[in-house]
Amino acid sequence: MMHTADMLKAFALYREDAIVVPGRGGRYWTDLTTRPNLDMPVGDPAMGGHAGFALGLALARPEKRVILFDSEGDILMSLGMLVTIAEQQPANFYHFLIDNGCYATTGGQPVPNAENTNYDVIARGAGYPRAFAFRELEEFSAALPEILGKPGPVFVAVKVASEIENAPIGRRRRWQTRTRDQVINDLRKELGVNR
Amino acid sequence: MNDAAVIALSPETVLGEMKKNGVTHVVWLPDSETNWLYLLMKAEPSLRLVGVSREGHACSIAAGLSVAGAKPLILIQNTGMMESGDSLRGWLLGLNIPVVLMVGYRGWTRHGVNQDTAATYTERFLMAFGINYYLVENDADAPRISIAFEEAGRTNKPVVVLVGDEYHGFNR
Repeated sequence: MMHTADMLKAFALYREDAIVVPGRGGRYWTDLTTRPNLDMPVGDPAMGGHAGFALGLALARPEKRVILFDSEGDILMSLGMLVTIAEQQPANFYHFLIDNGCYATTGGQPVPNAENTNYDVIARGAGYPRAFAFRELEEFSAALPEILGKPGPVFVAVKVASEIENAPIGRRRRWQTRTRDQVINDLRKELGVNR
Repeated sequence: MNDAAVIALSPETVLGEMKKNGVTHVVWLPDSETNWLYLLMKAEPSLRLVGVSREGHACSIAAGLSVAGAKPLILIQNTGMMESGDSLRGWLLGLNIPVVLMVGYRGWTRHGVNQDTAATYTERFLMAFGINYYLVENDADAPRISIAFEEAGRTNKPVVVLVGDEYHGFNR
């Protein structure tokens, strides 16, 4: 089983100028990114919404690849979002799922049916034309060029080791260096969007 | 022509307001009275329809669309709006998204004899969230939709248009 940071490090080689929504991988991605102004580390505005947010970005900017690092806790809150994404068929949308099997930031309690849920199967059933599942870093790394080299939407479920945070929230490392407004304004500048 | 037809808010008027205000995407979930509007929107080449299965999904999708330069409209019913409380808070209010939500006002009556708790809590819900809203009942009220768009853009906040009539005029 791989670690989230290693998985993101493997992906970073192929990022190019894609918009990245790092989701709950944000605390690792912040040390890996070379294009922070194309990142959307908006934290956790409301759980379950990262997929919708990334879909909105992808629909608004079909010429840009949008890479989402979702989590299984988020996706379980919004399974219906998968059929919306599949119906819209955004060719620039790449949906990665970081599956650690638990609610890591609240102490590691397991998500429902953590060991027996196949998210790639759910995505395929929802209508994603391509869906993959990985447990080992080597296999994941080897498959990335093909995954990212073809049009989306694609769903990539990645089982990772749980890295549980038990420190009180106020004592955890604060990895976000920009406010949400700054994050949004920086992306808009990159995209040439006037508000 | 009966009274209801005279006083109703027509779907053509609503579509005209969408086009006038530059809407690019309608993120929506059907409610019981929007079928005629749906048919018109589907036939309108300047609009992309994004159907959702839970109203809260519309908030995060609209946020992404707006951040990246599109102009979404959310079209849902009051029941779903109330279900979407945390998404409204986090994705629309939290990210300062200038978006108009057209919300079917299920249970609305002019006379105030209300038999539907969906109507009972609608305006209280919006007041609790500090979201401004306008009531639209018929074609003569339609300019309020443009007012809502102007206000959303000026304040960078979501603004709600409550559709009190839902195109039929039968709630009087």
